[in-house]
Amino acid sequence: MTAPPLLRVEHLTIRFGGLTAIDDASFEARRGEITALIGPNGAGKTTLFNCITGFYKPDIGRIVLMQGEPNTADIDRLTRSVRRHGIFASGCICLLERMSDAEIARRARVARTFQNIRLFSGMTALENLIVARHNPLMAASGYTILGLLGIGAYRSAEKEAIETAKYWLAQIGLTERADDAAGSLSYGAQRQLEIARAMMTEPVLLCLDEPAAGLNSAESSKLNELLRDIRKTHGTSILLIEHDMSVVMSISNHVIVLDYGRKIADGTPSAIRCNENVIAAYLGVEDDELRLAETKVGA
Amino acid sequence: MRTEGFLSKVKSAGLAALIMAALSFPIVAYHADMDLTRGLFLESRWPLVAILVGGTFILRLLSEFVFAWMRGRPAAATRKTKQGISPRAFHLIGFAGIGALIAFPLAAVFMLGPAGSLKWIDNYGIQILIYVMLGWGLNIVVGLAGLLDLGYVAFYAVGAYAYALLATDLGWSFWLCLPICGAIAALFGLALGFPVLRLRGDYLAIVTLAFGEITRIVAVNWTALTNGDAGISLLPKITFFGIPFSKGAEGFASHFRLPFFPIERTIFLYYLILALALLTNFLTLRLRRLPLGRVWEALREDEIACRSLGIDTVAAKLSAFAIGALIAGIAGAFFAVRQGFVSPSSFGFIESATILSIVVLGGAGSQAGNVLAAILIIGGSEFLRELDVLQEFFGYTFDPTQYRMLLVGLAMVAMMNWRPRGLVATRRPSIFLKKAKPVAVELIAEGRG
Ligand SMILES: Nc1ncnc2c1ncn2[C@@H]1O[C@H](COP(=O)(O)OP(=O)(O)O)[C@@H](O)[C@H]1O
Ligand SMILES: [Mg+2]
Repeated sequence: MTAPPLLRVEHLTIRFGGLTAIDDASFEARRGEITALIGPNGAGKTTLFNCITGFYKPDIGRIVLMQGEPNTADIDRLTRSVRRHGIFASGCICLLERMSDAEIARRARVARTFQNIRLFSGMTALENLIVARHNPLMAASGYTILGLLGIGAYRSAEKEAIETAKYWLAQIGLTERADDAAGSLSYGAQRQLEIARAMMTEPVLLCLDEPAAGLNSAESSKLNELLRDIRKTHGTSILLIEHDMSVVMSISNHVIVLDYGRKIADGTPSAIRCNENVIAAYLGVEDDELRLAETKVGA
Repeated sequence: MRTEGFLSKVKSAGLAALIMAALSFPIVAYHADMDLTRGLFLESRWPLVAILVGGTFILRLLSEFVFAWMRGRPAAATRKTKQGISPRAFHLIGFAGIGALIAFPLAAVFMLGPAGSLKWIDNYGIQILIYVMLGWGLNIVVGLAGLLDLGYVAFYAVGAYAYALLATDLGWSFWLCLPICGAIAALFGLALGFPVLRLRGDYLAIVTLAFGEITRIVAVNWTALTNGDAGISLLPKITFFGIPFSKGAEGFASHFRLPFFPIERTIFLYYLILALALLTNFLTLRLRRLPLGRVWEALREDEIACRSLGIDTVAAKLSAFAIGALIAGIAGAFFAVRQGFVSPSSFGFIESATILSIVVLGGAGSQAGNVLAAILIIGGSEFLRELDVLQEFFGYTFDPTQYRMLLVGLAMVAMMNWRPRGLVATRRPSIFLKKAKPVAVELIAEGRG
């Protein structure tokens, strides 16, 4: 039995000048699964993430995030209207291509990390996590006014946020470094902290852009554990860009392959492993990388 | 090795002297003047050029040696910045400072008498505290939110003019006007905030600079409202919550059975600005521990990351502009009631530059650094006013206050070499689990708007 879809990308196209970075890509990511997005450098993976999270506006296409199991008629009805999101009897629908980046994070509950880490490096690890709770904390502080006067539920809300932050710091093994500046942490720790910060927003979909890049093998296996745990304990679905095939094969339920902006394959890890389009895409690269790619794909 | 180092120092000094020669040739070497018959004649000033070039050479050589010496002992310097002072010592210094500030006017009166202490309380005390407050206000915008604002004086002007107009045209009391002036300035802050939301860095700086100039030019030209360059004078004086500081039976002195001295008003103004400044400080410290203040700092660190966390960056930026402006507006109202007179000449770009220098010299984001910088810059330029002895050397056309900005410039150059990120550059975390460890300056983003 397959899980219902959470994210549906349809006919997505985006151009930068003459370059078509994503060309008519369609796929689905299912609820509670880890969906991996792979492809050679410059294939358009990060661009696709930027479209899903609202940092880029696609030229063509629809990106639907679904809660519950909304039917197609409702989605089409919402699409014909000018609205960005809607609640129907069958479920809640967000049309991400119409929403702004912050709105996607806030309302559609899509969180992300960045290929080049974007932490608040002059703030401590704890502060990084607390800032991620900005919206609920802001409301609890009566939009600052009640908080300034020291009345209202801010204190307890902050305490709760600190407890959650402690939980995530423990999950990524950084409890001891909570009061250190994020910028002073090791590269691997920064990657994990960025994931924890994204999780502090309690997302339904977590988009990770090359989370294992630059990690050593010990850190990499710790990351796998973390991702499995996020999926199992928190029920957060994960969309993952990854280069390391062993990681992709071991933790993902579903793999999508992009090449030159086009989707060239879509299936289970084992099906992707022997897909000839995929092998050809990886064969198209330089000789040095070829051997690397062969070992990676396991061909 | 040694001679090589020496040679390179001489080379660098020679280059500086060469640049000075090239610059001074067109600017200094010939001076056109009028003779008695009103004809133009050229006066050559080669000795002056020689002095400038020689002086540059020697100063540059000296500074090369000083820098080399400073580079020779980096261990001590890094240890100091990493360690910082402990939070307890920090609090102690803070409370001692506040105690000293409260005692200052009384001590001055006791030591120098009511007449002799006026200068110290007014020209130094009140003047410095106004700039401390303005520095703290701008610190929210520049230091915390990382938005470079070169037109901050506009809000100071709005506050001052708002008080002048409300007090003279409508006859409202200062105490009523104070919050209203702040609110009006905050509205202007929002008005500036909206158009510059999408601008970053240099562009933001240019637009805010223009905003400051536009405000001043409106004050000059809208004569029907502002009386133009002549300004608005005869503003009502400050009262002790309704009791005037006058000599008669109705006055403050007889009301409290004290002997009458004119300085009582000044002392009251001093405590008023001290209270307003401390309130600003309290507000900032409190905001830093609330989501709003934290998000300002996050905005300075990385705006894109903020957006990925669902943070409304527009609201965060606007609130920083508005609260910064509110503080300047209140300071402006105070300035107006203290002077009894407002005119556009008090609100030129140089004021914005001075306030920004205080924030930068103090260390963006640091409350304590701001105080030190205000004392250095404002106190220093006041002090220069007193150096009339210098006229003995440079002739009576020499006005020491003209060299005020030179002093500021020198302080900035020295600081850039010594502490590029200001006097107090480390950042205190707004929240901690075990121990608040100061964050090293290298990790803190400066913000690019
Ligand atoms: N903002 C942009 N402007 C112009 N070209 C872009 C922009 N963003 C991405 N691209 C181009 O789109 C293509 C895909 O890039 P990217 O999505 O970063 O690839 P990947 O993450 O798969 O390595 C590249 O050719 C890149 O140069
Ligand atoms: Mg990429």
